[in-house]
Amino acid sequence: MGSNMAENHPVGFQWVMEARLRNAKVMHVDPRFTRTSAMSNLYVPIRAGTDIAFLGGIVHYILENERWFDEYVKAFTNAPVILDARFQDTEDLDGLFSGFDSEKRVYDTSSWHYAGMPEQETAGERSKGGTKGEQSGHGAQAGGLTGGEPPEEDLTLQHPRCVFQILKRHFSRYTPETVAEICGCSEEQLLEVAEALCENSGRERTAAIVYSVGWTQHTVGVQYIRTAAIIQLLLGNIGRPGGGIMALRGHASIQGSTDMATLYNILPGYLPMPHAESVGSLEEYLENHGAPTGRWAAFPTFSISQLKAFYGAGATKENDFCFDLLPRINGDHGTYQSALDMLEGKVKGFFLLGENPAVGSANSKLQRLALASLEWLVVRDFVEIESASFWYDAPEHETGELRTDQIATEVFLMPAATHVEKDGSFTNTQRLLQWHWRAVEPPEDCRSELWFVYHLGRKIREKLKDSTDAIDRGILALDWAYATSGEHEEPSASQVLREVNGIGPEGKALSKYQELRDDGSTSCGCWIYCGAFAGEQNQAARKTPHWEQGPVPSEWGWAWPSNERILYNRASADPQGKPWSERKKYVWWDGEKKQWTGLDFPDFTPDKPPDYRPPENAKGDDAIRGDHPFVLQSDGRGWLYAAVGLMDGPLPTHYEPHESPFDNLLYGQRSNPCAQLHAHDLNRYNPAKDDAFPYVVTTYRLTEHHTAGGMSRTLGYLSELQPEFFVEVSPELAAERNLAHGDWATVITARTAIEGRVMVTERLAPLEVQGRKLHQVGVPYHWGSKGLTTGDAGNDLYSIALDPNVHIQEVKAATCDIRPGRRPRGPELLELVASYPGYEEESSDASG
Amino acid sequence: MDLSELIGRWPLLRQLREGDRLGLGRAVQSPRTQKLEPRTAAAERVVKSVCPYCAVGCGQLVYVEDGRVTQIEGDPASPISRGRLCPKGSATKSLVTNPGRELKVKYRAPYGTEWQQLGLDEAMDMIADRVIETRRQTWQDSDDKGNKLNRTMGIASLGGATLDNEENYLIKKLCVGLGVVQVENQARI
Repeated sequence: MGSNMAENHPVGFQWVMEARLRNAKVMHVDPRFTRTSAMSNLYVPIRAGTDIAFLGGIVHYILENERWFDEYVKAFTNAPVILDARFQDTEDLDGLFSGFDSEKRVYDTSSWHYAGMPEQETAGERSKGGTKGEQSGHGAQAGGLTGGEPPEEDLTLQHPRCVFQILKRHFSRYTPETVAEICGCSEEQLLEVAEALCENSGRERTAAIVYSVGWTQHTVGVQYIRTAAIIQLLLGNIGRPGGGIMALRGHASIQGSTDMATLYNILPGYLPMPHAESVGSLEEYLENHGAPTGRWAAFPTFSISQLKAFYGAGATKENDFCFDLLPRINGDHGTYQSALDMLEGKVKGFFLLGENPAVGSANSKLQRLALASLEWLVVRDFVEIESASFWYDAPEHETGELRTDQIATEVFLMPAATHVEKDGSFTNTQRLLQWHWRAVEPPEDCRSELWFVYHLGRKIREKLKDSTDAIDRGILALDWAYATSGEHEEPSASQVLREVNGIGPEGKALSKYQELRDDGSTSCGCWIYCGAFAGEQNQAARKTPHWEQGPVPSEWGWAWPSNERILYNRASADPQGKPWSERKKYVWWDGEKKQWTGLDFPDFTPDKPPDYRPPENAKGDDAIRGDHPFVLQSDGRGWLYAAVGLMDGPLPTHYEPHESPFDNLLYGQRSNPCAQLHAHDLNRYNPAKDDAFPYVVTTYRLTEHHTAGGMSRTLGYLSELQPEFFVEVSPELAAERNLAHGDWATVITARTAIEGRVMVTERLAPLEVQGRKLHQVGVPYHWGSKGLTTGDAGNDLYSIALDPNVHIQEVKAATCDIRPGRRPRGPELLELVASYPGYEEESSDASG
Repeated sequence: MDLSELIGRWPLLRQLREGDRLGLGRAVQSPRTQKLEPRTAAAERVVKSVCPYCAVGCGQLVYVEDGRVTQIEGDPASPISRGRLCPKGSATKSLVTNPGRELKVKYRAPYGTEWQQLGLDEAMDMIADRVIETRRQTWQDSDDKGNKLNRTMGIASLGGATLDNEENYLIKKLCVGLGVVQVENQARI
């Protein structure tokens, strides 16, 4: 669901086909019939933006028909935990949870805790509430849990306030009838999917769920994935071969860039950026973000080793390892907030390092106007992308909104080296690091980002070397000694990977994160990558052919953490440590050798027996029972119910997309009450249920193009294969709006109007929703004004309406109008858009 | 060449005679095509690599001759891809060799109407100066309650998902040093 794997991850899809050849049942639930649907045993069309309702229907089916994997659920999840008596569910509050502040549109989450927990909260600014807050790097803190065990439990799962009963009650209204009505599918289709999942649950069988940005790009995106997690935990599908939830990501190292934290709210390894209001000293930081129990109890060793990697010998115990020098966050500093701040003149300088927001980000018109408000812009790319050329060829020149001679932005377009012109590693979507070697030198002035960043830092430090200004302490204190070689003075990527891996007191590369210390004797850039350079060998560079390895190819690259290929794999054995079945054996307890063993590296304390029970007040890993596989959580369990870590509820709830033609059939609360909205005249929202916008519009990608097109619309073969932007509609919608296949159509939202060739197919079939026929419009979003094939940008249509947890934009479901013909040129385009209704809305008065 | 030899070369006859009934193999080879070799055969080096497009992480083999990339193919040894590449992965060579690639720094001055060429070192110096200047202008020591901020909100960075881990690490490290907190990549999008 939320993924078109056959077209967007075709080579990965070979494994789905292999599974199907072995009689696996493949099911595809998606608004659009694609090649993935064609290759599946069952295809279910649903309305874009209703996946939580569909998944909720599956949870309902599992619970009503007693199909959960009882032994797994009781032993491995938090189903038995009793919740605080103050907790109120959406069942009680018509779509809201307890603690909602309707003015600030944020939750006070204190009533969501486990019963009997101390009042203390540990999650930084979240506990303060009231700001457009931010998730901390990890969600391990379950309040002041001591000894790793929740204070109150009911192993019979009967207590009315235990997680299991709350879950049952929460999903009780997600009946097949209601789900069908919301999603536009039939009850039979839902039941067939639910039954197939249940049939493939238990000791002998597992099922996997695959998703992509079809799930993440919503105002409730995080809760989509949470619902899948609930299903997989109920059915016993996490930590077992053939199970799991597979996030198929779209860029070669998007996982690695997340791990390395080119994200504002985290430091490498998911350590939180210190927050101005909750973190003064290192001591406070370690206390706020560590956890007494579970793997995160080692947080001080991760953090102090990272400070040592950043600041080298200058970081000492006496100066709190330079913690003082770290910049602080105090709100949402994500890319959409930055774009809005560019328009205000607050952000003056911008680096674009292989990214093209003029096409690729939501409300790309706003993005282009933001670029034109900068003082300076550095674009590093292979070609001249739209984000570099906006000052003379953005569509806004036609409408008079931009004029070249009035744009003050200074633009540096720096040619980049390709992956074959530099050494380095990518981390793929399965957390696998794979090294690539430089095959040739980059031509002329093309350089790697490693070169650019290193030499930029070197130059800045050189220019500031005599500065005594306090603001320059941070940059001068960095350990920036990197060896370079060759005529370009290229820094060594393996030296950087070795620093990321970590170095011990003897100056040797560390081999596992358990060796990290909090006394400054070890350094490590990113604790989860510790081991990637074990034994002074670049483990990511291992390329033993698959035919020389078993079913778990442990010698191809290196997977974080600790080269484990399946996370939480202790769950592949039963509570007593025996494989659930011969067929599904993976990692198990060897009673004779007294250690965990198996096909993979165990994601568990290697010698902790299954019957281990923590002593009173145990800390860290010692506080996790031998039959609790989820070692990152402070209670060692899989969380059906998430007491902390989420801004918009401990359980997933179906809300309509921010822009939807329908009411919420389940609750009075229509859309996500915490959705992050930004009031700006360039970001007008379509009014909900407005006749002017009767259709749903969703974006998608094509096999032959890559995101914003910089690496595909510029290439001959790929441009020939997919030569033109188009707008996909059903024959019924084409008839309703006089659209002819191959002719032009104009799609309109409150932001702007774009044009594309009409593609009439039966792939986006109309659905029966709440008693009426709903049409959906499909828009591939790859196009822009540059490259060998050009066209309007699909993302121009969308607003900035964000998920409150992760600030990701809702571009998979919005509303629109469509009419035949080309869009107007010049100022008439603005008049057309202005003739449509639209309004401004801000979700909170607290700004970042 | 005598007539019988000429007739003997007739592909239709060879199809029948040599068992290549469909005419897809030996029967349709000429002396010239028999000598043809794939361009990969002349490669001086074959370098292991990874596809730069999506996150599946298919293995690639980069063929190099005279310091130039002559072909990029799937790596059969990869347990992920077993030698396969999709259309984008298969087009990787043209990502490297396409004539539209920018090879020099281009510079657009404020209010300028044309690109200008700029030396790489000069551009790096100018960018370093811009960073230093903007930091000075926009530095925030603390918020209005006196909490430490230690940062600039005047500079932002976007990108990283197409880059190497090592590059991302260094971007983050430099930005931490500079007090730039608005560091983002495609994972947010």
